Parts: sequence; C-alpha cells; structure tokens
Amino acid sequence: MSLMTEMGQRALDRGVPLSVQLDVTYRCNERCVHCYLDHDDHGEMTTDEIKGVLDQLAEAGVFFLTVSGGEVFMRMDFLEILEYARSLMFCIKIKTNAFMIGEREAQRLHELDIQDVQVSIYSHRPEVHDAITLLPGSLKRSIAGIRRLRAHGVKVLIANVLMMQNLNDHDGVIALANELDAGYVIDPTVTPMMDGDRNILRLGLGVPQLRDVFHNPDMVGDVDEFCAIPSTKSDDHLDDLPCSAGHTACYISPYGDLYPCVQFPLPSGNVRQQKFMDIWENSAQLNEIRGITVRDLPVCSGCGHAGSCSRCPGLAYMEGNMRGPSTQDCEKSFARTGIPSANMELKASRRTIQGLVQISPSASLSSIA
Amino acid sequence: MSMYIARSTALAARVLDGEMMIMSAKDSTLFTLNPMATLIWQAADGKTPLQEIVERKICPEFEVSREEALKDAEEFVSSLASHGILMVADGPIDATKPTQGGTQ
Repeated sequence: MSLMTEMGQRALDRGVPLSVQLDVTYRCNERCVHCYLDHDDHGEMTTDEIKGVLDQLAEAGVFFLTVSGGEVFMRMDFLEILEYARSLMFCIKIKTNAFMIGEREAQRLHELDIQDVQVSIYSHRPEVHDAITLLPGSLKRSIAGIRRLRAHGVKVLIANVLMMQNLNDHDGVIALANELDAGYVIDPTVTPMMDGDRNILRLGLGVPQLRDVFHNPDMVGDVDEFCAIPSTKSDDHLDDLPCSAGHTACYISPYGDLYPCVQFPLPSGNVRQQKFMDIWENSAQLNEIRGITVRDLPVCSGCGHAGSCSRCPGLAYMEGNMRGPSTQDCEKSFARTGIPSANMELKASRRTIQGLVQISPSASLSSIA
Repeated sequence: MSMYIARSTALAARVLDGEMMIMSAKDSTLFTLNPMATLIWQAADGKTPLQEIVERKICPEFEVSREEALKDAEEFVSSLASHGILMVADGPIDATKPTQGGTQ
C-alpha cells in the first residue's frame, strides 16, 4: 500500500476530511459554452469569512486544498487568501484559466509553493479555444500565463475537456503541453448545470467518440489495461464505497454552501451558519451518503462493470437518484469495453417491452368495441 | 556546538491520527513522521537548540535516555534536512523567511 493510499485509508477510518475544494468565486472573465455555473455574484464570502473557514479546515485536518472558481483571479484578495492558506500549511492546488497571471502573480505563486496550477485549454487553435471560452484572445493570454508560471518553476497541469467542438484537437493540446513543459490530463465529462439543467450535456462526446479516445494510447496510456474487460462477476467490491465524496472529501461554494463534491450538489449545510465540523460530523445528507456501499445500488450492484466503473454518485444524483446509475459513466464503461452496463441493458429491455405491448390507437379500440 | 533546526516553508503539513504528514513542495514526496519525530518537527522554531528540544519534549514523553534520544534526533534531523524539509544551522535561524530546507 502506498503512503498516499495508507493516508487516505487512515483518514477514512477516522472520519477526517482530507481533501476540500473551495471555490472562492463563481465570477469569471470567460463564458465557456459547457460551464455548469451561474457567474453572477449572489453574495460571496468575504476575505475574513474565507480565512475563518480556512482556520476551521486546518483544525479539522484538511491537508489537500483545491482552490477554484469561477476564475479565482477575479477576486482582488485571491493572493491574500492563498497566503493565509499557505500559512496554515495546506497542500494547495489552484484551478484557473491563467488569463490574468502576470509576472507578479507567477512570482507569488512560486514563492507560496503552490503544489500545482491546473489550467483549462480546449485547443491549440485560437479559433477553437476562443469559440469555447467566448473570450477573444483567451488562448493567447492563457498560454502567456502558463509560460510565466513555468518560468518561475510552478508546476502546471493542462486540463483538456473534450467535447464535440474540440474533439480533433487533443493531439495539438498534448503537443502544446509538451512544448510548455506542462502536464496534460483529459476530461471527457461535461457536467450538468448546478441547477440541474442538463442541456449542456449535448456538447459532450458520444459513445463512438469516447471509444476512439479510450483506445488512443496517447490519451490513456496502456490501452489494454484501461479497456480491460471486467473479470467475472464477484461480490468482492460490494462493500466498497462509491467514491470519497462525503467520506474524506467535500466542496464549499463561494456562498458557504457545503456539498459532498463539486459534482455532487446535494446541499449539506452552510459554513456561514454552522461550524464546518458540525456539518461534517452531523449533516444528515453526508451521513446518508456515508451509509451507501456498492451493495446498496439497486442497478449497479448487479452490473459486471461494478468493480471497475468510474460511476460518479454526483452525476447519478443529478440524474435523479444518488443510488442509481450515472448514464454518462455507463457510456464510458461501454466505450472502454464494448460491454453494455446493467443500466443500458435494463433501458434496452424496457424499450423492447414497450414495443411488445404497444397499445392500439383509441380509434381502433373504439371500432373493436 | 548547538544545532538549531527550523521547518522549511516549502512544504505542506498536517497531523493525522497523531502522526505528522508532510509533503515536499519541491518534489511532492510524501513523508509521515512517527510521534517522536512529530514532536521534534513541531518544536523546530529555529530558536530552540535541538538538545533543548530533546530534553524538554522528547525525554519526558518517551522514557528514553538523553543520549539515546539525541542520537535518534540527530539522525532524524539529518534525514529531513536531506529532503529539504528542515533547515539546520549552528546558530538561530530566522524561520519567517522563505526557505527550501537543507543546511545553512
């Protein structure tokens, strides 16, 4: 067992929130077509409120802190918040579009020993990237920001969200990441809006495109391993936890709302009204999540993919049932292996049954009578 | 000669279940310190000589002789300094300045 795994297990055993994502703003200078956020400011936490939350997170044992948005540099006090967080010895990752990272910001992020900075790049071509961010010149500015960070020795990870609009540009983004001496990670998931609106899912990849991505060694590494057909069904995984959300991780919005994860918008408390640890230990919602194992998932527990599926309980929740399947993850499992999930088979059989018992139009019934 | 130690600022740290977890910002290496090492690390303020830390913090807590504890502490300090997560010097260290660890 690696030290990291051991640490995660120990945190789980003792109920320690090892990782927290804190979004400091939902405001953003970009208007990405697939973004799940409402960018209006509905009353962000003040600098002092955020510092108070950081104190509580440190006290609670949080080690990994991801600071994100919105665009974090939209807050004038962002560096002050970071400085305070580093004084509390968090291991900090930042998510930004790097548009506003000048010399001063890059120098300060270096001095603050930020673990890494994740920057979303959609394409190496301005006409594609800027058409997604809806901000002319954004690719040029983001690349300039990344170059400044790298010049100061700050580790950068380029996150490439894949959609139909930029599907053919991943090789160009990988080449760009190599040229910038940055890491590269793909994300083929478009997330529904926080308010549940699923219209933006139409921008995401379909199964044929996912299949191509998952069978590309440049994207996934060892294709045979990544796309391995699940071994025969066993009960070994039934007591597994679906993921770390609510167990050793949670998410806090700019308004103080606490959720199990940024992708799992189940309201579980608000740090403006309650102490963080009160919510972490006593929230009925978090405690409900903690009681769910794979065994409790009515469809997924009987699925052959259950031991290897990337099922996201948050996506399932947004689909209507946190114990249900996440269709997006079913599609990924199918794209990897060619084997339909239990959920897909169930839906197909329902369609078949509906076809078999199709009711005749009422006019026909009348004529029979 | 007295040995002074100070924590590097180029790291992240948190106590989990009584043990200190430390991640080096330089290379993302993760360390965990046992309870004795955790006490030394927490007391590494750059002002208190290692010998005094051992006498005041370690000996009363772990029922170990001063000589044995000091020998263990020096080995531990040397190891952490080599990973850049502790500063070591012959005189007091200004721990408020950003550091990368090692020997001053």
